Amino acid sequence: MNLTLRIWRQKGPEDKGQMVTYQVQDVSPDMSFLEMLDVLNERLILDGDEPVAFDHDCREGICGMCSLMINGEAHGPQRGTTACQLHMRQFSDGDTIDIEPWRARAFPVVKDLVVDRNAFDKIIAAGGYITAPTGSAPEAHSTPVAKADADAAFSSAACIGCGACVAACPNGSGMLFTAAKITQLSLLPQGQPERYTRVIGMVDAHDEAGFGGCTNIGECAAACPKGIPLNTIGRLNRDYLKATSKRAGTPGS
Amino acid sequence: MAVTGIILVLFLIAHMLGNLKIFTGETSFDHYAHWLREIGTPLLPSTWYLWIQRTVLTVAVLAHIVSATVLATRARAARPVPYAHRRKIHVNYAARTMRWGGVIILLFVIYHILDLTTGHLNPQGDAANPYGNVVQDFAADRWYVTLFYTLAIVTLGFHLRHGAFSAFRSLGQQTPKGERRARAAALVFAVALCAGYLVVPFAVLTGLVA
Repeated sequence: MNLTLRIWRQKGPEDKGQMVTYQVQDVSPDMSFLEMLDVLNERLILDGDEPVAFDHDCREGICGMCSLMINGEAHGPQRGTTACQLHMRQFSDGDTIDIEPWRARAFPVVKDLVVDRNAFDKIIAAGGYITAPTGSAPEAHSTPVAKADADAAFSSAACIGCGACVAACPNGSGMLFTAAKITQLSLLPQGQPERYTRVIGMVDAHDEAGFGGCTNIGECAAACPKGIPLNTIGRLNRDYLKATSKRAGTPGS
Repeated sequence: MAVTGIILVLFLIAHMLGNLKIFTGETSFDHYAHWLREIGTPLLPSTWYLWIQRTVLTVAVLAHIVSATVLATRARAARPVPYAHRRKIHVNYAARTMRWGGVIILLFVIYHILDLTTGHLNPQGDAANPYGNVVQDFAADRWYVTLFYTLAIVTLGFHLRHGAFSAFRSLGQQTPKGERRARAAALVFAVALCAGYLVVPFAVLTGLVA
């Protein structure tokens, strides 16, 4: 099939950037979305043009590197799917596809479709860890965990940190990411010692990074390729309320 | 947002129940309206309770507006470059109209106070006869008043549908089952409140209350 692509081109962080139109011919419906961009890039290189820069790594939907706003939807039209696992059969011959980077003040554009997501690392550094001794895996039966808690913690731990929640949020808020990273620990016994300093530290780091505030709209959970549920944010809110009423400890310590 | 919203919602419930007294007749409604000024007597001097309530509500409204402004400014700052192509996946009309809906509700509240509290914009404006004020206000030839009132109440309904759910969530509602319940409760509450407020002007319009 033949497609018209309108892609955001930006030479560097200081460049103003603009949408540029490209034609791609003979695209197979079995190609992944990123393979289709590879085809375009190979042609651009042969023509002596600068290829389109975009983030990608594993291409199997688990690393969280791909970050494309496709036709105004984070990771494209298929629910629960990262852009690398999106296939061209989702589109039809003659379609015009708009491709943009994630848009957020906390995610500045590095080049073309590549954004800097270090803000997420800062949130993790503010408390997204436990102080239990690491080393070999402990005996699983030594610390029993209720099945429901384990399942809920696991669904939060599925977060790959791609940033689709921020990209989709009308408020530019990173609360679904922050909530997933907080609750994957706060639901388990190993996460209890820092439970209440963690939530304050990570929410503060989230706000300092320049993300917007959450107003419970739910666009994030609909866009999330890993299906992190919206009620995860409720768990964060409850921990935050408890932590602020306790007034104990130093944030992020 | 949640705490100030809950204070305002409690007032809305009381106000709606008070409005429905209009179906018990002119004497009863006017007696109720005058009683509002006497609540707390002789413990408090006359109208003191009313002024305490008005102060609490004004503070709640202002705090609600300040929080909303902070959220709106943060949202604007968080995305300096807009998308060229934006598609909303999760269609939730109520959640998307919170900010402009709030502005419409504020303008309505100002009009509503000038109309039925101070009486400046009321065709009768007689503080001693609130029943008559209401009947004159929603008379058939003043259809535009009823229309504006209806639009404002429907906007309020949308505001409450998202607002009530969002308040539960902000105060720590955390399970998927609870989320379904909270959403359903917010919807039922918003519809019930809308119906309770709209039944009065339409009763006047159809001559049920005259």
